[in-house]
Amino acid sequence: MYFQTQKLSVGYSGKVLIRDISFSVEKGKILSIIGPNGAGKSTILKTISRHLERIDGTVTLEKDSIFRLSNKELAKKLSVMLTERIDPDLMTCGQVVAMGRYPYTNNFGILTAEDRAVVLEALRMVHAENLEEHPFSNTSDGQRQRILLARAICQQPQIMILDEPTSYLDIRHKIELLDILRNLASEKNVAIIMSLHEIDLAAKISDQIICVKGDTIEDCGAPEEVFTGDFIKSLYDIESGSFNPLLGSVELVAPQGKPDVFVLAGDGKGIPVYRQLQKNRLAFSTGILFENDVDFQVARALSEFVVSAEAFNPVPDAKIKQAKTFIDQARFFIDTGVKIGVYNRFCEELLKYAKEHGKTVLSSAEELFGL
Amino acid sequence: MNKSKIIRYQIVYIALLFLIALALVLNVNTGSVNMSPARIFRIIFMRFEEGSVESNIIWRIRLPRTLTAAMLGGALSVSGFLLQTFFRNPIAGPFVLGISSGAKLSVAFAIIFIVGTFSGISPYVTVLFAFLGSLIITGFVLLFSQKTKNMSVLLVIGIMIGYICSAITDFMITFAKDNHIASLTYWSMGSFSGASWDTLGIITIVVVVALFCSILISKPMEAYQLGEGYAKSMGINIKLFRLILITLSSLLSATVTAFAGPISFVGIAVPHIAKLLMKTSKPIVIIPASFLCGASFCMFCDLIARTAFAPTELAIGTVTALFGAPIVISLMVKQRKNKQ
Repeated sequence: MYFQTQKLSVGYSGKVLIRDISFSVEKGKILSIIGPNGAGKSTILKTISRHLERIDGTVTLEKDSIFRLSNKELAKKLSVMLTERIDPDLMTCGQVVAMGRYPYTNNFGILTAEDRAVVLEALRMVHAENLEEHPFSNTSDGQRQRILLARAICQQPQIMILDEPTSYLDIRHKIELLDILRNLASEKNVAIIMSLHEIDLAAKISDQIICVKGDTIEDCGAPEEVFTGDFIKSLYDIESGSFNPLLGSVELVAPQGKPDVFVLAGDGKGIPVYRQLQKNRLAFSTGILFENDVDFQVARALSEFVVSAEAFNPVPDAKIKQAKTFIDQARFFIDTGVKIGVYNRFCEELLKYAKEHGKTVLSSAEELFGL
Repeated sequence: MNKSKIIRYQIVYIALLFLIALALVLNVNTGSVNMSPARIFRIIFMRFEEGSVESNIIWRIRLPRTLTAAMLGGALSVSGFLLQTFFRNPIAGPFVLGISSGAKLSVAFAIIFIVGTFSGISPYVTVLFAFLGSLIITGFVLLFSQKTKNMSVLLVIGIMIGYICSAITDFMITFAKDNHIASLTYWSMGSFSGASWDTLGIITIVVVVALFCSILISKPMEAYQLGEGYAKSMGINIKLFRLILITLSSLLSATVTAFAGPISFVGIAVPHIAKLLMKTSKPIVIIPASFLCGASFCMFCDLIARTAFAPTELAIGTVTALFGAPIVISLMVKQRKNKQ
């Protein structure tokens, strides 16, 4: 293992915040730390980058304790990207990036041709060649993060530690930044440790995930091992609303009460309707959804009254009966216009059933709100 | 670093050197006794008319005085730049930290209890006390800088220490004799009039050493401009660096205060002017530029102080503030505009 912590305890001024932190990361791999606000993600990152005194335990880089390395030796192996907002006077982006050469330049900080080449290469990696002469104080958040990343790259580290690199960024810049990190890991064989707020992105970018909660590491492992069932819900103490680890999507609080609307859905047609009903706090029932249908994932987050059936099999009669009970309980019936094929003939049956039993049949949620 | 930048640096340096030369000529040339430039040249470089009144005026008064103004003005500006870097705050200057108030307190003590009581004591006593006062206050600031990491808090502490010193000074003044108050007031207005070759020698040694050391730490200073966290991650020993930085700047400003009294605004204004001229904040460029800029600024201010209302001499602080303050204001406004 390239980088490893064992029984590490971190905290401020001698007070332990998180104990027993043991993890390791290899070169070329990305490890993300997730957990609720104030859980101590930054404290861990600050301690393993030696910005903060450790309280107990060991941190090793290629089997050497990082606490025994000199400042300069460490700076040549480990670089950081911090959350602290910097505002250097009159510096261009190029100059900020070039500061990454600090451990390599002479006593007056004069750049050699080789240093210049490394700076340009770093700018190229973050797609910011055009920003070299741009004043750093005039950059957007997206540019700023990329420049700070280029600075960290410029230090030619073997391991990079980033504290919430995607904060303040819009979705496009988030994707861009994470893509750069992935390239960095694979092209330059750099080990990357970072904290992330976006659990959906963490699942997609990371080779390994660490979950921090309370004073311990709650869980640790590959994303597919960590993101199971309601783990995220318990990690973040989500009481209402939900997070779907499979789709990486967040659903807001499910409407409460007796369902007065039945939504005939499937094939993704149901999702927009569910969302509109949720916004208007209307409880609904829905069906019959195959369990591999994308509608199913959202429906079960937003309603307790979902009739679902095993995929790739004909729908059993019991399910059709259950759907009919839900229709009985509702006054309205929304037909989302699901395409009817061999295996969902039941849609026609349910529609007919609703009409026969005097339900108001509508084709969209808007029509319902119009009433 | 590209070529156009280097050319810019060279032009500004040459222009500043030219300004200093001009100020030197004007300062030596102007005064109650008029002399032709040719005669001055002969007096200075050919030791012509040695022992004459004119020779004495130039050698004993004008030349040491203008060179002292240059040295101290430069020292004050570099000190200001170091402090602005340290506090990452554009209004930090040698006197916000209470250094001048400390010096004044110490000098007030010296005038009221020592010089006033024992007549015939060396004039160096005030110099010594001003220096001690500045260094003691710096010691306090250093002590607090170990306790707090927040620069704004430290800045406020410096200002508070300044208030305490002023209060104690005022307290002593309340019970002081009139002639003591007069000498203290005269000292606190600041002037280069006490300059001599002896004092210039001491000043030059301290300033040159401190300036040299400042240039030596220009590399970590540049990294420090990115903030403490990044500076640390690049391998800088932050505690040691901060100690060196504040010691150097205090040494410089204490020297100025000791020999010329508190001079306001140069420390704040000149580093901004230097940065604006160079269009960079690279310490290795700005430290020498600040020095040259401050030297020429103070030489011209001293010229105005001496000549504007001759034979009455203005306090140097009056002139520097009058010219310095509008410059700071216009720069601040301009900077805000650029940022928007």
